Amino acid sequence: MTIASITQLICFVALSATLVLGALGVVLLPNIVYSAFLLGGVFLSVAGLYLLLNASFVAAAQVLVYVGAVNVLILFAIMLVNKKENLAAIPGLGLRRLLSGAVCGGLFLLLIRVAFTTPWALPGPEAVGEEATIRIGEHLFSDYLLPFELASVLLLMSMIGAIVLARRDVLSSDVITGEAVDQGLIEKERTPLLLENSPR
Amino acid sequence: MEFTIPTTIPLQAYLALAAVLFCTGVWGLINSRNAVRVLMSIELMLNAVNINLMAFSNYLDGQLIRGQVFAIFVITVAAAEAAVGLAILLSLYRNRETVDMERFNLLRW
Repeated sequence: MTIASITQLICFVALSATLVLGALGVVLLPNIVYSAFLLGGVFLSVAGLYLLLNASFVAAAQVLVYVGAVNVLILFAIMLVNKKENLAAIPGLGLRRLLSGAVCGGLFLLLIRVAFTTPWALPGPEAVGEEATIRIGEHLFSDYLLPFELASVLLLMSMIGAIVLARRDVLSSDVITGEAVDQGLIEKERTPLLLENSPR
Repeated sequence: MEFTIPTTIPLQAYLALAAVLFCTGVWGLINSRNAVRVLMSIELMLNAVNINLMAFSNYLDGQLIRGQVFAIFVITVAAAEAAVGLAILLSLYRNRETVDMERFNLLRW
């Protein structure tokens, strides 16, 4: 057993402990701001696991996209909707949690059984290691070119969709006369006429 | 009974870790009252799937690392999903003034 493998093992154990505890915290903590920050920790430890799996490019993409974009987006959403509200008690909540816990435990046992009884074709071919980024580039511009281009269209569609869904239905100036709409409508001190017809 | 520590990390360790993460995500998805937490649970499940893809790519497909390419596409789709999901959440909040999942029941019965 060499030093490198011991280090790998220690890193794996530490990262998995962070991952599992962070995931439980995300699901169970009552304060949602703590959950969002713990989610960032979970994403970072997943990136560490990718580094252990010889995938430096995907680890960098994980940090950039998940920690840098998705987590910040979630924090902004919490900031925009974080109103203290007392959730009304619903009957049978404890039973529901117990039942869903049993279902998830059964799913977990099934997954573990599949993982440990399937005869995997190990050891597989030698891992490419540091050349992984080059291989990914070759894949993206040869046999996965169509999904790659479709992904760009998907990102454009979701960007436009997010803007359309999240914008307010109030214009800052009148379309015809060009004079400014009063600020109370924009700040939502008074609700616009459109919302009165919609179901509440 | 002899108990030996494996010299390298086995593939099954990654699969078990991903299973734990996925089941946590499913439980959170079912039981969360807050709509933002539901989106976070979906991200947890997507990350569990990504860990599986990367582990298979490293252990079983070391030369053509197709699992890593798939993981990149999953990350892309997850980013798009988070953006659209949070936009839907914002417009829901604007209409209903709440983020409680139990009160988003207009189309339920």
